[in-house]
Amino acid sequence: MNTAVLQAKLWYAQRISAMILGICVAVHLIIIFYAIRGGLTAQEILGRTQGSVSFALFYEIFVLACFVHAPIGVANILQEIFPKGGLALPLSLVLAILILLLGSAAVFGLFTGGAL
Amino acid sequence: MSNADLKVKVWRGAEQGEFVEYLVPRNPNQTVLDVVTYIQRKLDPTLSYRFACRVGMCGSCAMTVNGVARWTCRTHVSQIVKGDSLEIAPLNNLPVIKDLATDMREFFNKWKGAVGFFKGGQSRHDDFAKVEPQSEERQLANAGIECIGCGVCYASCEVVQARPNYLGPAALNRAWTLTNDIRDIQQLDRIRAVAGDAGCHACHTQGSCTERCPKGIEPTASIAGLKRLVARAAIRGSKWGKL
Repeated sequence: MNTAVLQAKLWYAQRISAMILGICVAVHLIIIFYAIRGGLTAQEILGRTQGSVSFALFYEIFVLACFVHAPIGVANILQEIFPKGGLALPLSLVLAILILLLGSAAVFGLFTGGAL
Repeated sequence: MSNADLKVKVWRGAEQGEFVEYLVPRNPNQTVLDVVTYIQRKLDPTLSYRFACRVGMCGSCAMTVNGVARWTCRTHVSQIVKGDSLEIAPLNNLPVIKDLATDMREFFNKWKGAVGFFKGGQSRHDDFAKVEPQSEERQLANAGIECIGCGVCYASCEVVQARPNYLGPAALNRAWTLTNDIRDIQQLDRIRAVAGDAGCHACHTQGSCTERCPKGIEPTASIAGLKRLVARAAIRGSKWGKL
């Protein structure tokens, strides 16, 4: 695949993931406002999320959208700031892996309640 | 209007140089180009600048006035003067030849690079091509067609500053008007030319070009059109073939 096609596809992926993120962020904020009405405890959160497939599924989609969206943007910014550094690809890959691993771990933790 | 003289700081030199202050009498309806012309005719004949039509048609006289790129022939001093001071510098993002004259070669080479020129498939022996004035393509082309190539958008673009190989708003706007020209036969070459790192997807949609364009064109919208077109071509192919 040549660079031009790759760039265009990355842009498309970023745009689609941005649409998903838009919905996810809105839902996430509404959940936060709803959830903190009577204070916020770990127990309360886990009580809601533990064993809930829909919660886990929603947040995993959220994580996947971040996994696609953020590294593309960061790579573009790095490429612009350090055009000759060759930093864009490795750093954005590291970011992608971190988002995927840490995000999925958090979703898994909320689903299982921390127990493996 | 105050009768006090204008204090005008003008860039003298090339890439290295300094601002030199001149005192220019104020007149009603005076344009920034009038000010520069006064300095050259009456105060310092060695001042270099570029102009031609003086009526906003040719796109030669753009300069940075009080930090903002503008067409000087249609910019009245009274619209932008701060107290009694003006600062006039050459356009950003272009090499300075001398004083207020920049080297526009790169700017126009990028139009060529974006395949920003028309090539038809018919000869003079063919009948006239019929372009429906109300068709979507014609309307989209219309929105960007009045560009005079002044370079104001290019000088205002921060992506050009960050990525010197970025084609820039004017070239991409021209490419967009041509992708909507149903007579043109270089569509696939053009899409390839405006794709990639130096092309439309490098635009941040910051909109400085649209804000500053003296002709009220929206290069940001043209570039957004190219982004959609190119991305669709990369994934699904286009009506002219695969990217």
